[in-house]
Amino acid sequence: MEKNVLKMNLQCPMPQLDFDKITLGHGSGGTLTQKLLDSGVFTVLANPYLNQKHDGATLTIQGPLAFSTDSYVISPVFFPGGNIGELAVNGTVNDLAMCGALPQFLSLSFILEEGLLLTEFWEILTSIKQACDKAGVYVVTGDTKVVERGKGDKIFITTSGIGTIHPRATISTAAIEAGDKVIVSHSIAAHGMAIMSVRKGLEFDSTIMSDTRPLNGSVKKLLDEFGDAIHFLRDPTRGGVASVLNEIASDASVGIDIYQKDIPIEESVASACEILGLDPLYVANEGVFIAIVKASQAEAVVTRLRESSETAHASCIGEITTSHPRQVLLTSAIGGKRVVNRLTGEQLPRIC
Amino acid sequence: MKYLSEYRDPALVEKLLKDIERTTTKPWTIMEVCGGQTHSLVKNGLLTLLPDKVRMVHGPGCPVCVTPIHLIDKAVYLAEEKKVILCSYGDMIRVPGSSKSLLDAKANGADIRILYSPLEAVKIAAENPDKEVVFFAVGFETTAPANALSVLHAQRQGIQNYSILTSHVLVPPAMEAIINDEENIVQGFLAAGHVCTIMGLDEYYPIVEKYKIPMVVTGFEPVDLLQGIAMLIKQLEQGDYKLENQYSRVVEPNGNPEARKVIEKVFEPSDREWRGIGTIPGSGFEIRPSYAAYDANKKFEVNISKAAENKECIAGQVLRGLKKPHECSQFGKKCTPANPLGAPMVSSEGACAAYYHYAQVE
Repeated sequence: MEKNVLKMNLQCPMPQLDFDKITLGHGSGGTLTQKLLDSGVFTVLANPYLNQKHDGATLTIQGPLAFSTDSYVISPVFFPGGNIGELAVNGTVNDLAMCGALPQFLSLSFILEEGLLLTEFWEILTSIKQACDKAGVYVVTGDTKVVERGKGDKIFITTSGIGTIHPRATISTAAIEAGDKVIVSHSIAAHGMAIMSVRKGLEFDSTIMSDTRPLNGSVKKLLDEFGDAIHFLRDPTRGGVASVLNEIASDASVGIDIYQKDIPIEESVASACEILGLDPLYVANEGVFIAIVKASQAEAVVTRLRESSETAHASCIGEITTSHPRQVLLTSAIGGKRVVNRLTGEQLPRIC
Repeated sequence: MKYLSEYRDPALVEKLLKDIERTTTKPWTIMEVCGGQTHSLVKNGLLTLLPDKVRMVHGPGCPVCVTPIHLIDKAVYLAEEKKVILCSYGDMIRVPGSSKSLLDAKANGADIRILYSPLEAVKIAAENPDKEVVFFAVGFETTAPANALSVLHAQRQGIQNYSILTSHVLVPPAMEAIINDEENIVQGFLAAGHVCTIMGLDEYYPIVEKYKIPMVVTGFEPVDLLQGIAMLIKQLEQGDYKLENQYSRVVEPNGNPEARKVIEKVFEPSDREWRGIGTIPGSGFEIRPSYAAYDANKKFEVNISKAAENKECIAGQVLRGLKKPHECSQFGKKCTPANPLGAPMVSSEGACAAYYHYAQVE
């Protein structure tokens, strides 16, 4: 598993330091903190805003903004296809993109657990840098705290972000209309199952990789071309596709019909879900979005999405209806109908 | 995935539905015994596709649902008061005891771990020699071999801080109890495929003969279930009663003799209380006296009073097929998966949970 998890192609070599583990002193604000920041964080993430090294960043932005924040507490912090660092960047970038915004600036706060290996911290930091480059955003301000061993889980990260709203975006539940099509941008459930495959006590051999990736590029392309035909966007992270569709149905007071046969899922992911008795509709994604799109443009949207490898499995999975408000109905692969409800708590492994 | 796609084939499903439609001339009430079958029926929308004349009622085959409330209280007590590491299958931990569930106890700081296999618990016991580790051994004949094996493994490795809290239940006595119930409405059974995978078919012939009731051992995928129903209806329409095996790709007539040997070695049959139903003679497994050292019931002294069930919960009637989940006055109101009155609302095999999550109830 290790070879899957730790990508050793670091672009920035780790600095030679006289410590190999994070200690409480690194969060004290004193010389150790300074040493850590100077040797690593500032160099890796360097940009004109961060280089000001002030208490906060001063920025000039025009027009309406979106502002979002999220905390990342994933276990394990390294998983097939990524780590907590890129997840923390992509997650906030994607939340902004779902608002129809073009993400620009992020804040980044670490809560490190005493004893975290510096090699691991470095790996995470490098991933953060790579993810920022990929998404085209800057980390402009940040913070580092250290908590005693046992009071954290290696590392917790909080990122907040701002971005300007795309000039053609009118993303809002109020824009959702009966007849609109429901599109998912790519195969579902990969992230959640990648995490499951390395979770302690559950480890199973698989080639499933997390789908963590920035979605702002794909979303910008759609907004450039289709503008206000994109009525709503949401990324189905925690709680998966089913939870997001329920939120939309309830917030917009509409019904949603979806068709199991049209929901894209990789066979390896579907098999892993079967083995563990989990419903992929409730499994987390980190690189997929749901778009509610004007019916007349839906086919063109799917075609455009499929041109890019990151959204190659885009599919129209259903439509908005007035017939069963606030309820999501699924037509199963064999033609039966059932409700897709909200999940109560986490999906739990079952007895037999 | 091959077996899955083949047994979820829409064309086959349509053909079987037509067969059932054509064969059925009068109303029949059929019970699928296993909770896994119930969930598949509801989750795949099969209940919306079957002809009205075919009424499916849902059986007691949900181990979590029938685990007595005082055993859950006992598990909570062991975790909280005796400070054991309490290991459990996932769907047991949300089931309400008389005052709290294992999940509540976990939130209060008890060391409760969700495992996929009891052998994991033996490993935890080996790694924590200064702690007692108890596995909550719940289930039908399907989970009994693994639970028994964990005891044998612990014994072989000389591990003394491991024990199991058994709540094993057996299917055939429960089916007889349902048939003998004066309110019984079941005319034919889809028997539980995976239970028969272990136990084989021998136990079922006498029931079919004695009560002249048709029975088809059935799998869990849409095609399995519809084929099982089609076979059963054919028998019912012809006034026939025999035991048939739809799930022959998995179920051998002789079951799994190796697994049964392991069960036999560690467990012996006993009377057993079923939550919501009552005590059914010879319907459970108890650890044999020779393995008493691994029996959490004997190892720990537990003084808790026997709690009463919530009076508003009709789980007992649901588990005997007398009522459907939505016929309960509290369904989806006072009783939801987040705040359950009874176990069938939380278990992944519980009929109430299946209806709550998947069924469109008027």
